[in-house]
Formats: sequence, C-alpha cells, structure tokens
Amino acid sequence: MMLGPGSARGAGLARWLGRGSVAKRFGLLLLLAALALAAPATVHAGGAPLLAQAAGDDQSGDQAPDQDTTGTDTGTDTGDNGQPAAAPKIVPHDFASGVAALNSDSFDDKIAAVNFLSGLADRRVVTVLQALDQDRLFARSDGSLVYKEGSVYKNAVTGAAMSGINPDDLSDVTVNDRMRGILDGVLGQLTLQSPDPALRIQAAEAIADQPTPASVGDLTKALAKEADPAVRAAMTKTLALLDLRSPDKAHRLAAIDQLKGSTDPEVRGQLLRLLSTETDQDVRKSAQEAADAISSRLNYIGIGVDLFEGVSLGSILLLAAIGLSVTFGVMGVINMAHGEMIMLGAYSAFVVQQAFRAFLPAGVMNAYLVVAVPVAFAVTALVGIALERTVIRFLYGRPLETLLSTWGISLILQQGVRSIFGPDNQAVDNPDWMTGGMSLIGGFTLTWNRLVIIFFCFAVLGGLAALLRFSSFGLQMRAVSQNRPMASAMGIRTGMIDAFTFGLGSGIAGIAGVALSQIGNVSPNLGQIYIVNCFMVVVFGGVGSLWGTLAGALSLGVATKFLEPFAGAIVGQILVLVFIILFIQRRPRGLFALKGRMAES
Amino acid sequence: MPDRSILARALPGTPAGFVTVLAAALLFAVVVPVLNAGVGDSSSLHLPDYIVPLIGKYLCYAILALALDLVWGYCGVLSLGHGAFFALGGYAMGMYLMRQIGTRGVYRDPILPDFMVFLNWKELPWYWYGFNHFWFAALMVMVVPAVLAAVFGFFAFRSRITGVYLSIITQAMTYALLLAFFRNDMGFGGNNGLTDFKDLLGFDLQARSTKLALYLASLIALALALLACRMVVATKLGRVMMAVRDAEPRVRFLGYSVTAVKLFAFVLSAVLAGIAGALYVPQIGIINPSEFSPANSIEIAIWVAVGGRGTLFGPILGALAVNAAKTYLSAAFPETWLYCLGGLFILVTLLLPKGVMGLFEQIRLRRQPAAAATPDQAAVREERKQHA
Repeated sequence: MMLGPGSARGAGLARWLGRGSVAKRFGLLLLLAALALAAPATVHAGGAPLLAQAAGDDQSGDQAPDQDTTGTDTGTDTGDNGQPAAAPKIVPHDFASGVAALNSDSFDDKIAAVNFLSGLADRRVVTVLQALDQDRLFARSDGSLVYKEGSVYKNAVTGAAMSGINPDDLSDVTVNDRMRGILDGVLGQLTLQSPDPALRIQAAEAIADQPTPASVGDLTKALAKEADPAVRAAMTKTLALLDLRSPDKAHRLAAIDQLKGSTDPEVRGQLLRLLSTETDQDVRKSAQEAADAISSRLNYIGIGVDLFEGVSLGSILLLAAIGLSVTFGVMGVINMAHGEMIMLGAYSAFVVQQAFRAFLPAGVMNAYLVVAVPVAFAVTALVGIALERTVIRFLYGRPLETLLSTWGISLILQQGVRSIFGPDNQAVDNPDWMTGGMSLIGGFTLTWNRLVIIFFCFAVLGGLAALLRFSSFGLQMRAVSQNRPMASAMGIRTGMIDAFTFGLGSGIAGIAGVALSQIGNVSPNLGQIYIVNCFMVVVFGGVGSLWGTLAGALSLGVATKFLEPFAGAIVGQILVLVFIILFIQRRPRGLFALKGRMAES
Repeated sequence: MPDRSILARALPGTPAGFVTVLAAALLFAVVVPVLNAGVGDSSSLHLPDYIVPLIGKYLCYAILALALDLVWGYCGVLSLGHGAFFALGGYAMGMYLMRQIGTRGVYRDPILPDFMVFLNWKELPWYWYGFNHFWFAALMVMVVPAVLAAVFGFFAFRSRITGVYLSIITQAMTYALLLAFFRNDMGFGGNNGLTDFKDLLGFDLQARSTKLALYLASLIALALALLACRMVVATKLGRVMMAVRDAEPRVRFLGYSVTAVKLFAFVLSAVLAGIAGALYVPQIGIINPSEFSPANSIEIAIWVAVGGRGTLFGPILGALAVNAAKTYLSAAFPETWLYCLGGLFILVTLLLPKGVMGLFEQIRLRRQPAAAATPDQAAVREERKQHA
C-alpha cells in the first residue's frame, strides 16, 4: 500500500536511469530508512508524557506561589507600614503576616506562627522554616525578615534576592529548644506533605538516613493520607527500615518480613548492619534470609543488566556488521574500508548537526538526526558506488587483492577526513528525545540512546531483509550472487547490480555511523575500532546469512558483557576473539553456513 | 637441473643475477660502513650516525617481507598476523636487554625491570626466568613465534581455513595479542613496552661500533634468510608449496599432506619474522604493543605486493623502497604519507598485480617477443580470465 506513490515516483526516476526496478527499490530503501527512524520516534513519544508530566508539575508548583505573591505583596506592604518593629503581637492571617510573626517577642507567639505557617499549603513555608531551623533567618531593622542562601540574602516573603544588605544591621531570629523540636517535627511533616510526589519520596528517603524520634509518627500519619503508590512504597520502606532499629522484637521481625521483597542494595546494607549488632536468633535468622533473598534478586537484576548491555553492544555490532554482511556475504568482497564508511556516516551526522545549528532555528534542532540518517546513507552509498565502479569491480575473484586495495582506500578516506575535519574528536550531541533514560528497580537506568539504537538496528535489519526478500532489486541481487552468468543471461545487468549492492552495503554502514555518533565521539579512526569486530561477527555468524549476522552479533555482544565482570573488559574481549578463532576451526563456515551449490564457490 | 645441488640452485642462475646481487651486497656491506665510520665526521660524504640504524631497520623489515612472501607468494597463505611474530621476537630480545640493565635502572633493582618495581611487583614472573642469558633469549626469539605459528597453523590448516578467512583470523590473532600486551598485568611493560636498553652482550648500544655491528648482523641475517628461502623454494617441498598455492584440492587428492606443507612454510616464516624482530629492537631501542596492531601486519603485505610476491627478491626491494619513501614523506609532507600509501595499495593491486619484479619481467619479455608466451603463462592467463 505504501508502495503506491513510491513506485509512481520511482517510475520517473527509473525512466531517467533507464533501468526501472533497481532505482525504484533504491528509493524504497530510503523510505525504509526513514521508517526505521520513525520507529524510535514513537518509542520516544511513549516516554514523553512522563517527562511532560513531571515538567507540568513543576510549573504548577511554581505558579501557585507566584499567584500568592501578588496577593501577599499587598499584605507585606501593610505589614511593613502598619506595624512598628516592636509591635507586641501579630495575629497571623496569611503567609506574610505568619512570617512576620516568627520574629515575635515571645516564644509562644513564635510557636503559634510556626504552627500557623505549617498549616498553609505554600511551598515557601518550607524554605523559611528551614532557614529558621538552621539559624539563617534574620530580621532587618525595619522588621522585615531575610534569609541567607549561600552568600545571598533573600526576602523571606517574596524570595527575591536583595542587594546592599549589611550583615551588621541584621539581628538573629532566635529559636529555643522547645521551639526547635516543634520546628523539626513540622519540617519533617511539611516535606512529607509537599504537593510534589518526588519531594515526598525524597523526604521519606531522607528520614531513613537520619531519623528523629518523631519520624515514625510523622511517617505513619503521612502514609495514612498518601494516595500515590510510589510515595506509599517509599514511606512503607522507610518505616520498615526504622522498625529495624525498634527495641521490640516483633516489630523488627515484621520489618524484616516487609523488606525481604526489596531490590534495593541500601536495604541489604541496613539488614547486614542489623546482623552485625543483633543478638536475637530468630531475628538474625530471618534477617539473614531476607539479605540472601535480596542478594539473589540483585543477582538476577545484575544478569538482566548484563543482558541488556550485551544486547545493546550486540545491536551496535550488528548495525556495524549488517553492511559488511551485504558486501562480504552477498558479493564476496572483503571491504576493509567498511569501517571508514561507518566513519563517513558519523561525520555526515556531525555535518548535518553543524548545519542545523548554523542555519536553522533552535526549535528544529531535535530533528537533525532524522535528516542525518538519509544524508549519511546517501553520502556513503555514493562513495561506495564510486569505489565499486573505479576500483573494486576490477578485482572480483581476487579476494586478497581486494582486501589490500580496500585497505588502501580506507587509509585515504581516513587521511581525507583528518585533513578536512582535523584529527580531534568531534562531539555529536544526542537530541533531547534521546538523552536521559528510564530508571528501573535496583538503581539501574535504561538510557534512551541505547534503547533507540536497539530498535533502530532491528528496524534496519528488518528493512534490509524485506528488501532482499520482496523487492525485485533484492531478487536480482540474490540471482547475481547465486549464479552470475545465468542472471546475466536472464537480462539482469550484473554490473549495475554489483554497484548498487555495494552502495547498499556502504549506505547501511553509513547509517550505522549515525547511530555510533550517538554513543561516542566521532574521530577519523572510528572505523578502525569496529572493523576487526565486524569481520568477526560476519565470519562467526556465517558469510552470506543475514540471520547468521544477527545471531553472531547478539551472541558476541552478550558474551562480551557477561565475561566482563569475571575477566575485565580487555580479557573478556580477548577471550571472545580466542573463542571465535577456535569456533572457526570447528565450523569454518560459521554458525549459519550456506548449504548446497552456493557454498561451493 | 636435477644434478645441481640445492645450494647451487639457490644461488643466482645467470651471470647478470650474480652481478646484481654482488653489487647490492657491496653497497650495503661496504659502502655504508665506510661512509659512516671510515669518512671523517666533517666530510660531505659522511653518513650521519642515525642513518645506520635506520637502514638496519629497513633490512629487518626486508627479512619480514621475505618471510611473508614465503607463505603468501609460494604457499598462497596471506597471513595478516605476521606483525605478531615479529613483535614476539622483538619482545624476547627486549626481555634480554631489559635484564641486562640491572642496577642501572631508575629504581636500581638488580633483578626487577623498572616497570615491575613501579607496579610494586615483588618478584620476577616465571616467564622472565632465563632471559638474563643471551643464548636463551636468542632461542626464544625463534621458539616463541614458532610455537605460536605451529599451534595456530595446525588448527587453522587442519580445518582447511583458506583465503580471506585465514587472513581474517590471523588478524584477529594479532589484535588479541595487541589487547593482551597493552595490559600491565601481562608483565611486559603494558602500554610503554620495553625500553631504556643499555647494552647487548656487554657492548654499549649507543656506540657507533655496536650500531654498525647490528646493522651488519641484519644484513647477514637477510642474506642468509634469502638463501634459506631460495633453497626451500628450489626443493621438491617448494614445488609442492607452489602446487598448494595454485590448486590446493588437487594436491590433496594426489596424496600430499597439505596441512603439513603449509605448516612447515608458516612456522619457518614465523621464525624468520621473529629473528627480524629481534634484530629490530636493539637498533630502534624500544618495543611496545603497537607493533601488534593489525595495520602494521597489513602494511607488510603491501611491501610484498609492491615488490612482487612469489619472487623473494621483490619483497626485499618493496620493503626497502616503501620504507625509504615512508621515512622521507612522513618527514617532508606528513599529511601526504597516508594518501601515498593508500594510493600505492590501490595502484599496485590494480595495475601491477606482480609488483615491480613483474614489471621488470614484462620489460624483458617485450625485448624478446619470441619468448613472450610460454605455455605456463598462457595457462595462467586463461585461468585468470575464467575467474573474472
């Protein structure tokens, strides 16, 4: 269905090129590349609401006090003008007057003001009370209050930074012990009651680190009112952690029971701390069991993390190797310049990024990657076609010579890029929708760029498989690779197919370069890092088999990541190389060896 | 032919060949030392001291190219891991030179090399034992590459890994070694490798006489290696090697053990590469893991290809010419060297499939049109047509 307009447009192109189907399918491939990019874009759309929501919350939180401020500004004015500094009693009726009442003469009035303020649903209360608690709140000679934040004084009511304040003119707002106790309780409660769920979680977690005697009560109260499941979970966990220190054995046991389902390394730490001091055998036993349960769960999560990282590495290897699988697997050309095609693709992404920065408004900056993919494909495909027509086609059937001359090409491309862009690393930034990640249990984050690359890689693989299987270009390509004279006799222009096949392989290397530019810097020897691994993947998977390449890349990626914790990164890589060398001894044609006639040539 | 001894067949066949070889030997063996040591320092003919180890280095590369030609040009095995054998030979020599430093190192430890003291190692790893004796190091220079080549080659050739597959896994081998030698825990100096050598067999490495002696040793080694290779090639074994190169399955069906033939060539070649590395290290004064990098090994192949593979003389010529050009260009026009090297790779493979020696051959044939098409060459041409 999607082919309709594509083929109509392709037909014009085809007439122009004189050979319809090939050109048309090339157009289709560009379409596929664009589609491949659309896939990650939808992934991002799924993730966006979360971020938007958080941002929205922030805004509403910011706006509420702003609106208040306009209302209270007048209040401040009346407070400032209407009351002399030594006024004996202020009846707090709004935020501004409540703050002013903190500087009352009697501690009873101050405590009343604290209690009054704690009842206000206003975020500024926490700031002011914290300043008071930490002795950072001062009164000016005109009676207005300021707090010190770092080295800056800010108006306690408006929060505006104030200049020209002489510390000598300030007097402390004093706090006595009774008041400080109340203040601590109020503060703990206040952060627990903050309208922002993230702050509430933070407060709950902070209490676990530095509990006060009132904490348990505060938390229990807050928990009763809490609706947000994430916050409830955090509060329950903190309560259980506090209960671990309870003198009551039953409490401790209940707490252990509650915590044993956790996946938090911190909880395990607390349990182990308990084990080091605990004397009661029952508690010891169940604490040990709970700690073991958490350990084994963390192990499983660790395996999951390794698996994800392995798949991520594998998808990068796969993306880098797919193009080689086409040129080496289908055409039998040992393209040592494949790594440089990847490098050229990465530099295309860099150039597109710079062009967007220079010529287009910042609003569309995030779209540069969508443009970079087809640009990189086009650039590298053209370079590939040019190389095939000028050098490689004279070397068919002489693989060792092909290897040497493509190595020469790779040196020239490297030096060319070095001459143009300089030898230094160039940074290609992630667009906003690829930065950050999704945090999962056990303190582990799935970064968006890795996820996007995994999806992108499978989209490219799927697109290529579909192209080879369903398009007439794919059919002709397969025909030429299986039996060149016969294909030629059937009217296929084999030279043209060779050129386009090589262009296709190079183009895919180019879009792999765009993906690689998202996870690291771009440098002229980027390709050198990947070339040996690419060949390993293709040879391991079986030359000429796309699925072999998939299996090879993923298994090598996962194997490398699983070996890393035991053997270290470098030894892991060496072991994988040694494994492949041994494996090739057993199965010289790789995992998915071609069988039958094709294998013999 | 059959009644001539192998040695006789290894020597140049024509008077012209004799003259050429003698002239070249004379140039390198007499003119260079005389211009360096015999002519006064102020004379315009004087060869500066830094030139001697430089030419010595080229000669080591020539041995290396010769070694690769033996397996690639005569046995059809393109190893892209020959840099590994070269580097292993170099490391074996470097370990001896390291132990010779003794208390003259920065940390003055009589046993441990500086980098081990720096890494807080308390005793010498077992594989460093024996390297305080020159004879042991000299043995290891040959044994270590030979063992690696034998084990690697045995498995590879037995499973009939040929052509580019072999090239790729030899590349993987040298890449794995590169990664391994970069590690400090390996006990070979990690990233920095082995350096700061003082003396060899008691002779100061900085002295002009030592440098000249090492240079002459390289020249003699090259001459002996060339003679050995020509002898091998002249025997029946050499014939079988070439047959394996041209039609491996046919040789197998005739009842020869292709694995054994290839293994012999591969191990001999590795030993020659190891010797080249051992002569290289004292002249250059350092050995580090970058010698293992796959790019170095591929560069060896281009020396051979430029000179003409399967000719033995050609690779020597190629190694000398390409490296001299490299030294000149990378000093005079550093930007252009990689363009030139890359262009050389492309041009030689496209236009000079038989290298410079092939070009000489063509010129000679053009002078004698009658002999232009021997049956042998016609067959080769026919086969190439079929491939294309």
